[in-house]
Amino acid sequence: MNPINWHSCFFLLVAVLACASAIAVVVAGNIVRMACFLVASLGAVAGLFFLAGADFLGAVQLMVYVGGTMVLLIFGVMLTARGPRDILKIGGGQWIVAILVAGALLAVLLQAATSVPGQLAATAKPTASAADAAPTAWPLGLGLMGVRVDKLDQPNAVLRRGMSGYLLAFEIVSIHLVVVLVGAAYLARARRRVDSRRRTPEDDATS
Amino acid sequence: MMNLLTEPVGISHYMVVSAVLFVCGVLCMTTKRNAIGVLMGIELVLNGANLNFIAFGSPILGGGQSPLGFDGQWIAMFVIVLAAAEAAVALAIALNFYHTHASIDVDRGEELKG
Repeated sequence: MNPINWHSCFFLLVAVLACASAIAVVVAGNIVRMACFLVASLGAVAGLFFLAGADFLGAVQLMVYVGGTMVLLIFGVMLTARGPRDILKIGGGQWIVAILVAGALLAVLLQAATSVPGQLAATAKPTASAADAAPTAWPLGLGLMGVRVDKLDQPNAVLRRGMSGYLLAFEIVSIHLVVVLVGAAYLARARRRVDSRRRTPEDDATS
Repeated sequence: MMNLLTEPVGISHYMVVSAVLFVCGVLCMTTKRNAIGVLMGIELVLNGANLNFIAFGSPILGGGQSPLGFDGQWIAMFVIVLAAAEAAVALAIALNFYHTHASIDVDRGEELKG
């Protein structure tokens, strides 16, 4: 009897939580319940990031997704819901087609997942754990500044010159984020209705 | 299933979880008529893709070698940032759609031409 691998135990727990919450998002009819299950699923994915040794990305996932995007989504739900029983459903035929397509996609993806090369399928050294992994915050930050501290041992000088990190991508993403957020604020601004024959409580709240 | 408690996890286990998340996101995108439900499906799809990037770039999952190295984590970070920007714009569009149609049923958007 081998000793229990606690890394695998926590992986199993978090993976089951992520998959069950994702399935619950699909089958839930109420949009608020969908948002709650999505929070659970995204948080479990952050746990999977931690278990894979990506501690900084796990923290980013918790802050940006669970903290930021979910607040945005829940505000969108609250601003657009007409009532607590506002449930939009599709027909049974569309469900059947969707499940057929999704089942085929799942079969292809699972076949791909189980056919990765043998030494990648499971860790060769059972002592590898998340505690062995070094903190990833400063290599990631230095890579965004243009210094690849993880690939300093590239022997070829020509290749080493090409590894200039992700500074250009970082700048492009920064400008993109600014432009997108200004554009979103412009699109979603509260504008006064031309015809004020029917004022809803949402208009009073946003104007 | 029982040997998963005693044997270490690998990249293929992460790929299975990622496939389930991706397929759930696709199902959510295709079967919801609420525009925000479609948006939640997109978030699930992006998370499934991100999980693959993290798994292939992980220093502890691939048995001492990681196929992507730190590149996987950088790509995952960019995906997270772009997904946040996309969610902001999509929600602004949904709010505008709601203001003009008094509904966010995506079937009501059929008069949008272009």
